[in-house]
Amino acid sequence: MVLFAGFLTNFMPIMKIIIPVKRVLDPYTQARVNKQTQQVDLSNAKMAMNPFCEIAVEEALTLKESGSASETIAVSIGTDKTVDTLRTALAMGVDRAIFIKTDSELDLQPLHVAKILANIVKREEAELVIMGKQAVDNDNNQTGQMLSGLIDYSLGTFISKFDLSADATSVEVCREIDSGIETRKLSLPSIVTVDLRLNEPRYASLPNIMKARSKPMETIELSSLGIDTAPRIKVVSVEESGTKDRASKQINSAEELFSELNQMGVL
Amino acid sequence: MSVIILIELNGSEVSASSRAAITAASELSDSVDALVLTRDASNSSSVSQLSGINSVKMIVDDSLDNVNVEVASKLIADVMSDYDYLVAGSSTFSKNILPRVGALLDVQPISDVCEIKSNNTFVRPLYAGNVMATVESSDETIVMTVRSTAFEHSGDGGSASVETISASMPSSSSEFVSLQESESERPELTTAERIVSGGRGLGSKENFVLIEQLADKMDAAVGASRAAVDAGFISNDYQVGQTGKVVAPKLYLAVGISGAIQHLAGMKDSQVIVVINNDPDAPMSRMADLVWQVDLFDALNELNAYQV
Ligand SMILES: Cc1cc2nc3c(=O)[nH]c(=O)nc-3n(C[C@H](O)[C@H](O)[C@H](O)COP(=O)(O)OP(=O)(O)OC[C@H]3O[C@@H](n4cnc5c(N)ncnc54)[C@H](O)[C@@H]3O)c2cc1C
Ligand SMILES: Nc1ncnc2c1ncn2[C@@H]1O[C@H](COP(=O)(O)O)[C@@H](O)[C@H]1O
Repeated sequence: MVLFAGFLTNFMPIMKIIIPVKRVLDPYTQARVNKQTQQVDLSNAKMAMNPFCEIAVEEALTLKESGSASETIAVSIGTDKTVDTLRTALAMGVDRAIFIKTDSELDLQPLHVAKILANIVKREEAELVIMGKQAVDNDNNQTGQMLSGLIDYSLGTFISKFDLSADATSVEVCREIDSGIETRKLSLPSIVTVDLRLNEPRYASLPNIMKARSKPMETIELSSLGIDTAPRIKVVSVEESGTKDRASKQINSAEELFSELNQMGVL
Repeated sequence: MSVIILIELNGSEVSASSRAAITAASELSDSVDALVLTRDASNSSSVSQLSGINSVKMIVDDSLDNVNVEVASKLIADVMSDYDYLVAGSSTFSKNILPRVGALLDVQPISDVCEIKSNNTFVRPLYAGNVMATVESSDETIVMTVRSTAFEHSGDGGSASVETISASMPSSSSEFVSLQESESERPELTTAERIVSGGRGLGSKENFVLIEQLADKMDAAVGASRAAVDAGFISNDYQVGQTGKVVAPKLYLAVGISGAIQHLAGMKDSQVIVVINNDPDAPMSRMADLVWQVDLFDALNELNAYQV
């Protein structure tokens, strides 16, 4: 029995998981535009980890806890405050963090983020990247797909289920697509982008928040990576387009509803 | 300036979002081609009948049924040497493939274009549509998806030429296993003229049937909030919102939905909005043309029993 256990430990999983996480405006906060700068005003705004990234972190932690992964590494690209988001990931339980430090003037787009992540994934020789399907600030829904193209990993987008094969060479994912749920088998190495129903992310417990302070966080200056970050897209202007209140009319019965809708010609 | 559209087929039918892409593309160029990746060469017929298409380029191979994104993105990137723009409708099909094509071409794609201002300037939503940004691309090749609620859906009536492109199939690192489609006789959510949508207030899958009954009565599609989908009242493909489907029907009837910004993101452009909710302060009500402040079960029972 002891021998058998020893045998197993020789086959300790070596799979490293990278989880790119983004710091964004808290999703329950209304975005406000600063007319002077023609930018969304984030100066005093409440910020948070992108909700999809929280789900990605949770999935990586579950894999580590089940013994399927050797290490979980959160990566975030941004200005100094981004460290807060990486601390959150560490407090949730990831093993270490990589902070790619950028200049605040820089307008990073998914192509740039994907190139930076490609650099880190190669350096770490990570076999699996779990990331959000979209960042709720720019709503691009691109970075994972682009990263997979740059490093030629298999790709599973919008996943709501993730099952690693017993031999850890492939993964079966369920994808939330417009017509229903699609199941695919991806050979590792892979990039997966997660959808909301994959799991319920955990909260960081107080002891884990304390523990996180002593976990390793590496800082890399973006400029040291030699990646072309010239903007491909220029934001010319932005405009608030929040919902316009409508002059609501109260109704009180089915009859009234149908007659109003008939008058409006929408039935 | 030449444009190619990535066509999404549902069976042999061209999707509504591809039809919106044709309209958007026609604002960019007089020469719009369509690209079809398919197993079945006979699918060229529905595409060549689309109005506004110059030529249909077909790549036909058995492996292109439920195409793998790794394969599709490579094939499309290769075709792009002849084109300035790649346009597709914003659907999970294109959102999966186009960014990977962008990476292979070293360009920055533009998601969810709602308006075309010039040949390189576009309007797109940020922050769940609470902000609209005008963006200018400096890429040589422009890759973009367009919102199907923002452009007319091009009809039939064309007779485009059809050309089969012989391409060698790239190897693939993923494979299709299965598709669990929800079957419904009702109108399709993203193109329906009327939608009856239910939220957490419905309380259970059994109760959600009341929404389906009302939808049938009104010849409407069924929609849902994220909370309703998360709770298992209905499957994921009915979710309306920032991360679900974007709709703009003539009539959107929201029952037991509070109106979180992520939900409003998916339906705020509806022509007439009706809200049934017992909470007078639900944000949804401010968006409404008609509000019925009532217990939703009373309202649904009365509506379902009402003889129109
Ligand atoms: C990243 C992210 C993405 C998201 N994407 C989406 C998305 O795409 N789509 C989406 O919908 N949400 C999305 N959400 C979730 C969104 O924030 C809300 O949580 C969700 O829309 C709430 O759903 P609901 O209105 O059904 O539930 P609730 O907010 O719980 O509202 C239920 C409503 O029902 C009413 N009600 C309850 N019982 C009765 C009764 N008996 N009679 C009358 N009225 C009753 C209540 O007054 C309340 O207004 C997203 C959230 C995040 C963080
Ligand atoms: N600055 C960033 N740092 C780390 N990860 C990022 C960053 N921007 C985007 N990502 C990752 O890419 C995902 C999709 O973002 P997007 O393509 O911008 O919608 C996010 O959920 C993150 O996992």
